[in-house]
Amino acid sequence: MIRKLYPFPTLSVFLLLMWLLLSGFSAGHLVLGMVLATVLPLGTLPFWPNVPRLRNFHKLVLFVLMVHWDIVVANLSVARRILGSPKNLRPAFVEVPLDIKDDFAITLLTSTVSLTPGTVSADISADASRMLVHALHVEDEAVLVSQIKQRYERRLKEIFEC
Amino acid sequence: MDIVIEYITAIFLLIGGVFALIGSLGLVRLPDFFLRLHGPTKATTLGVGGTIMASLVYFSWSEHTLHLHEILITLFLFISAPVSAHMLAKAAMHRELKYREDTRGKPWKQ
Repeated sequence: MIRKLYPFPTLSVFLLLMWLLLSGFSAGHLVLGMVLATVLPLGTLPFWPNVPRLRNFHKLVLFVLMVHWDIVVANLSVARRILGSPKNLRPAFVEVPLDIKDDFAITLLTSTVSLTPGTVSADISADASRMLVHALHVEDEAVLVSQIKQRYERRLKEIFEC
Repeated sequence: MDIVIEYITAIFLLIGGVFALIGSLGLVRLPDFFLRLHGPTKATTLGVGGTIMASLVYFSWSEHTLHLHEILITLFLFISAPVSAHMLAKAAMHRELKYREDTRGKPWKQ
């Protein structure tokens, strides 16, 4: 019964917290937020065909912190490259083979790749087995591929059951 | 104490401003579409991040309550920015836009 009413408990809690952040904490908004946290997941159920189970919440938190740190570090190195001569850039399209199969996890991986400056995810193959990444500057494609796989994909695989 | 908060706010604003500027400079200086795509992804991360931190510190101090609205801005940006960059790159490959000759690898046929 409770599973039917709340198909995605994490999403419901998240929506409630987001509503309280947006509108400020009060008893009225708490009730309204709880209503929204119940109705919205039910209403959007058809759009989430098979969501992977969140297996490791604390690993997800660590992952988010790590990505934030990477964004800061990568920003500095990319800023240096932009201010330097564009002639020294060595841009490349790089194909990354994907091990994770789940759509949601792949979306998170491509978003992470795009958010960390210096790389933008450009495409996913139709069978979701490869990802095309455009990089601002790469010395060695193999290093970039293994960095994406080791640093991000492996962790996402641990976080979600896939 | 006020002066300390003002300095912290100013430092965050400067960091945000400098990175937004560098991101925009990238948009002007970089030679092809795919390279220019890297500019805006920076402006939305550290550029907006710095500005948001400044706002968070300043308003938390001046209104004596923890201001966390700003975190939602980051969240929405982090959801939307990669998607738009991805779609722009896909569209660019579909239109077979030119890319710099020394680019290694090839874009996919759309």
